[in-house]
Order: sequence, then C-alpha cells, then structure tokens
Amino acid sequence: MTAYPRPTRGSGPSDFAERYDNFIGGKWVPPVTGEYFDDIAPLTGQPFTKIARSTEADVDLALDAAHDAFPTWSRTSATQRALMMNRIADRIEENLEALAIAECWENGKAVRECLAADLPLAVDHWRYFAGAIRAQEGSAGVIDEDMVAYHFHEPLGVVGQIIPWNFPILMATWKLAPALAAGNCVVLKPAEQTPWSILKVVELIADLLPDGVLNVVNGFGAEAGKPLASSDRVAKVAFTGETTTGRLIMQYASANIIPVTLELGGKSPNVFCADVMREDDAFLDKALEGFTMFALNQGEVCTCPSRALVHESVYDEFMERATKRTQAIVSGDPLDPATMIGAQASNDQLEKIMSYLDIGREEGATVRTGGGRRTVASDDGAYDGGYYVEPTIFEGSNDMRVFQEEIFGPVVSVTRFSDTDDALRIANDTLYGLGAGVWSRDGNTAYRLGRGIQAGRVWTNNYHAYPAGAAFGGYKASGIGRENHKMMLDHYQQTKNLLVSYSPDRLGFF
Amino acid sequence: MRVGEGVAAPSRVAITPAAVEVVERLRARHGAVVFHQSGGCCDGSSPMCFAEGDLILGPRDVVLGEVAGAAFCMTSAQYRLWEHTHLTVDVVPGRGAGFSLEAPDGIRFLIRSRLLTEDEAASPAAVPAG
Repeated sequence: MTAYPRPTRGSGPSDFAERYDNFIGGKWVPPVTGEYFDDIAPLTGQPFTKIARSTEADVDLALDAAHDAFPTWSRTSATQRALMMNRIADRIEENLEALAIAECWENGKAVRECLAADLPLAVDHWRYFAGAIRAQEGSAGVIDEDMVAYHFHEPLGVVGQIIPWNFPILMATWKLAPALAAGNCVVLKPAEQTPWSILKVVELIADLLPDGVLNVVNGFGAEAGKPLASSDRVAKVAFTGETTTGRLIMQYASANIIPVTLELGGKSPNVFCADVMREDDAFLDKALEGFTMFALNQGEVCTCPSRALVHESVYDEFMERATKRTQAIVSGDPLDPATMIGAQASNDQLEKIMSYLDIGREEGATVRTGGGRRTVASDDGAYDGGYYVEPTIFEGSNDMRVFQEEIFGPVVSVTRFSDTDDALRIANDTLYGLGAGVWSRDGNTAYRLGRGIQAGRVWTNNYHAYPAGAAFGGYKASGIGRENHKMMLDHYQQTKNLLVSYSPDRLGFF
Repeated sequence: MRVGEGVAAPSRVAITPAAVEVVERLRARHGAVVFHQSGGCCDGSSPMCFAEGDLILGPRDVVLGEVAGAAFCMTSAQYRLWEHTHLTVDVVPGRGAGFSLEAPDGIRFLIRSRLLTEDEAASPAAVPAG
C-alpha cells in the first residue's frame, strides 16, 4: 500500500480550513481578541492552518456556556448519557481513517500507529465509560429500624481539562469520557502543538451532545490554560503534562479548594530477566519487540520504556539482538502505513532530544546505535525540514542524567543488573513511578518484581497496552489519580448522602 | 554569569545572548520572572519561565544562580541528580509548553548541559529557595 495523500486546504475529511475557532455553547466562536496562531506540521516543519488564540475572556465565555448547560445535563439519566457516548464512539469509528491521517499530520506520528492504536483505543474508551456509567449504582444502608442512609453519585459541575500533544485524540478521550459520563460539563484546552485533530473530532460529534456540555478553548498555556486552571468557576482540574505545571495547577486548586488529577510522566524501567534468553522462540521475539517499544510514538510517551535493565548473564547476547531489532525500525513517509516511526512533534522537542544526546555522551554513556538526526526522503523535498531523530541506544549507569530524565524521544538507556534486589533498586531509583515492564518466563519472579516496582502500571510480559478497564496512573512524582478505569468516575463525582428518618417522634433534645 | 560582564566567578548556570534578549522582553511585559526547571512528561526536562511569585517556591526548591537577572530554580530532589552538570539556558523556535511565558512568541527555552569544570564544581552549591 502506498502512502496516504497529505492533507491539504479543503473540505475533505482529512483536509484543513484556513483557520479554526473555539467551540463554545455548541457553536464555533472566534477568539475575543481576534488573534490566531500557527499550527505547524512536524513532517515538514511548516504551518498549515491557524487556531484561535484565546485568553481569559474566551475561557469565561466557555465557562458561561458550561454553567448554563449543567442544570439540564446533570439531570439527564445515565441511560441517555451512555447512548450519546456510544453514538460518539460509532461516529469516530465511521471516520477512523480520516481522523488517523489528520492526527498523523498534526502530531507527526506514523499513521500506522493512529490506525492501529490511537483511534481504536479512543473509540473503545467512549464505549467503556458508556457501559461503566450504566452499571454504576449508589447504595442504601439501613442504619436502624427508623433510619436509612441513601448514597447517590452526583457530578462535580463544570470541570477544566488540559491535555498534552502526544496522543491528541486519545488524551482528549481519556479526559472527556469519564467526565461527561459522570454528568459534568467540560471546558477542554487542547495542547497548542495539537489542537486541530481534536477540532476535527469535535466537528464530527458536535450534534451528538447538547450545547455547552463540551466546550473547547484553544490557545497557549500561559494565556488560556492558566485562566482555566485558576478559575473559581471550575469544580475540578485534570491535567496531563510535566511536573512544574502540575505543581502550579495544584497550587491554583488549593486556592479554590478543588480536587485535581494529574499525570506527570515517568522514566519507566523495562526489566529483562535472564530466563528470557532461555529459548529462541516467539516469547523472545516478543521480548525483543518489547525492548524496541522505546521507539513507539517516537518515544513521546509518558510511559516510554526509556530505561532497559538487562540481566548481566545475558546482556551481550540480548543487546546484540535488541540492537539489530532497533536498526530494523522502518523509517519513511509517516503517511505510509509501512513506516514505523514518524517525526517528533515540534522543533523544541527535537532540540531537547539533541541536547540529551550531547549530555549523554559527555557523561560517558556509549552510543550503540543511532545518536543523531535522520532524514526522510520525499519526491518534492517537503520533508527536509521535518523533525526526525534516529532510534538511539545508550549504554551507561542509572545515575546518569539520560537515565533519570524524560528525554521524550526514541532513545533508550540500557544498564545491567545482577539479581532481583539489584533490579528493584535500580528500577526504583527515580523520582517517577508511572510505568514499568517486567519480562520473565517465571511467574513468581514476574510477580515479585511487579509488586516491588514503585509504579502505577507494571506491564508484565508485554508493554504499551492501554485497554480500558486497566487502571493507569502514577506513584511518586508521576501524579495523582487513575485513568482508564471505572474508578475514574469517582474522580469526577461527589457523594450525596440522604440521611432519612422514618420515625414520627422527636428525639428528646429540645 | 551575565552577558557583557568580564570574566565572572565560575557558576553552575549560564545563559546565551539570544535567551537574555527573550528574558528582557518578558520582563518588560510581565515584570520580574523566574526559571523553574521542570521534569517529567511532554514538555518537561526544559525550564519553565514564570512571573515571580506565581509558582510558590519553598524549602523543597533550590536556587542554582541567576541568569539575566532571573533566579534559576529546581526541586532539591531533582538538583541531586543534576548537580554534576553545568546548565546553559538557550532558546529555540518551538511550540512551547505548560504555562511558560515565552511560548506564545513561537519560541521555547531549553537547557544545554555539560559536565562541570573543576572550578565550577567548587563554586557554591545551590541554596534553598524558601
């Protein structure tokens, strides 16, 4: 199959308009200041459309619309809300290919991943939460003969959500589905790197929700994100991004005494036990793919397995094969479904990765493969300005900065371990605790490692699977709260207790 | 070390002339600013630039020095991992991140790192911010 055609200016399902406004109260509303900013395509490094540059005034309009919609929305039944969500899932699924192309164009990731992962996971997520809210029940406790405590789940109100650029449509879905399922109205601020693909989704689903239930305000973090996160008109803020902004958001929330959920990234260890090399079979092949998962999404994943810990007794043999597997990653036009790796999302991401390749070498890490930029050919040279990096393997020790910090590129840092205790010591020697991988043919070993690693998600004999129904979130500096699971509904609801007396008689106090 | 000064005492943080210009522009617009080195997902591993007082700094943060008149800080836990390296604040075209003040101008601060020289390693360590 050849590459999909690049999106162009037009009205086709993957095409872009000249500019995009905010989505407020069911309408497309221009930014109050009339200003727009460029949306840049990472494959080429060139701007392709303009997006509303919102400020506090636009956030206020969105909050007005959300608060107007809330009284009615909060009284819709779970049945009605679930039906809308299932229709949203169907609508996205019907347009899956077009949305995959759009997301590839805006984020830079290989279209193959959008088709196989991002979009199908998003579709399923809406369906999962549609089912979860239908099945959710309150409770009744009989306190004594005359008193019953009834517990009802109620929505929080209007919530603010700020999402990252690495999986634009999926990150929007992870936030929107539980919030809307629970009966809240939402003001969403997409990342300034990737607003367009979400707006394409909103265009498709706008008719499926009542006006004002979902509002999308575009803009920069400092200009639009900050007024949203610090507003005293939101009942909760949800954020995925990095630690300093997460900290600011918690700070604003403390002034307003509202809850927050945060996902702040990690430096996930991928642990390969000696027994992985015992046979040259399908499982070893799977483990080698598991190692190579550091390159998924160009490494722009909070749970990128960017540290690999390999048992010293099999290190040389394993690394020889892992290096070959890494070198076999197919580069090319990201719009070609045969291409496995795309462009980094922006120039500053590219520059940051390059600076880490420098400091890694300075600290004494050795480069096993890769270590620089790569080029992607195209007939018209359009990709010459794109943000492409070679998949890179560093070898070194866990105290090096390339072992401790999120590089957010297709770079893995590899080190040896001697036994389970050593593996745990190295795995846990990090400020973060979002994800980890454990590979072993022995169930007991896998279990002990998995329970010992201080991370919210431990993939055991797999990696980078994100099914709905598997709770996902961080320990330590990686954040607060768990997504992808019905427990997320708790983060978007509050409990109403009706404490009812059936006694006609006074108590005798007064 | 400030741009334009003579040879100054060795320090742990520096800044490029291009980044100095940006800091001065942001200061003119927003008043006093500070840098806080972020970590983690997406836009982490790069310094955030905020108006002074916006991010509440405290005893768990340290100040490494001053660049272009702006304090450069990070958490003390992160400093333990960074303290063997020298940091230079630079700026590149970008699409920016979190609530950092320079992002709307289509640029992004980032850190270029190298190992400390002996002199620099002997210079004062970072001090608590609060």
